[in-house]
Amino acid sequence: MSEPSSYLILVIAGFLPNEIWRWLGVLFGRGLDEKSEIVLWVRAVAIAVLAGVIARLTLMPPPVLADVPAPVRTGAIAAGLVTFLLLRRSVLAGVLVAEATLVIGAALMGP
Amino acid sequence: MSVPRHLCPAPTSRLDASPPRTATRAFARGFAAGLTSVLSLVLFGTYTGIGSLAHQLGFGLSWVLASTLLVWAAPAQVILISALGAGSPPFEAAIAVGLSGIRLLPMVVALLPLLGRARQNLRALLLPAHFTAVSVWVEALRLLPAVDRAHRIAFCNGLGCGFLTCAMTATATGFYLAAQLPALFAAALLFLTPVSFLLAVLRNSALLIDRLALALGLIIGPLLAFARVELDLLWTGIAAGTLAYAVHRLKGAFARPP
Repeated sequence: MSEPSSYLILVIAGFLPNEIWRWLGVLFGRGLDEKSEIVLWVRAVAIAVLAGVIARLTLMPPPVLADVPAPVRTGAIAAGLVTFLLLRRSVLAGVLVAEATLVIGAALMGP
Repeated sequence: MSVPRHLCPAPTSRLDASPPRTATRAFARGFAAGLTSVLSLVLFGTYTGIGSLAHQLGFGLSWVLASTLLVWAAPAQVILISALGAGSPPFEAAIAVGLSGIRLLPMVVALLPLLGRARQNLRALLLPAHFTAVSVWVEALRLLPAVDRAHRIAFCNGLGCGFLTCAMTATATGFYLAAQLPALFAAALLFLTPVSFLLAVLRNSALLIDRLALALGLIIGPLLAFARVELDLLWTGIAAGTLAYAVHRLKGAFARPP
């Protein structure tokens, strides 16, 4: 994947379908009040899509991550979440605990 | 007028609004804020994972660097690289990437009112819009209120460039380390994306509707995906988002006596 055509694929399959939402955001958002009802709904939809992406990356992960057993992956997410809630909403602490849980869990239960 | 000697990540004083080269200085402050943010640590790990994934699936270094520069959204890049790497047709990859990118629209919409004066200038807004991704967005919303209105776009571009520099370095690092990275370490790097996204969004969700949308999306998303529903991400967003919005409206209706 290093011929010129691969860059065309990058633009068509990667850049454009992603960047279009940013352009639409500029067009759409210039006249909108941040507190309006439609923005509230659009943001809820966006957060839900993001939740879908999070769930998909955890439950149907890319190659290397798929080697870690599913219960370890979901357990690690749960551990990170609990840590985040207990430790004054610290993202860093939550991420570190989730990562540690993943590595230790995978080492114990791994293939 | 005193000029702060070091570039502090969270400017709190009004001294920032000083004469001439302030746009340049605002850019520099944003750049430094990006490099020193806690999120740049997470970003570095995430992009090391993406660089190593790209190497494993046979992509070239310049291709994956270009993807970081042009796409600038970690989930979209993971989806793109794993889909193309697995031999999926580009059209299918484009749809998956497009669905994961929907979240960027409202993020840009929420950022615009903070960018101040130049709001009407369409071209000046395209760069800050391109830089909008979870890390830049979270930090911009946190830091911009303390920046002088006239230089917020410059600050935002600096912030984006700071995070981008970090991500480009990490992409190359991951690409070169791929062969040496133990499989478990590579898996841990890829795992940074879902965990950090979940917690960063949760930290920024002050409203009930945001939290509900997140929780409902986490439940409905896997159900639709495992049922092999077409365009599952889109339907997850519409169903969970609308449900959360409905609850928000109902709660409002009950809170306000007739």
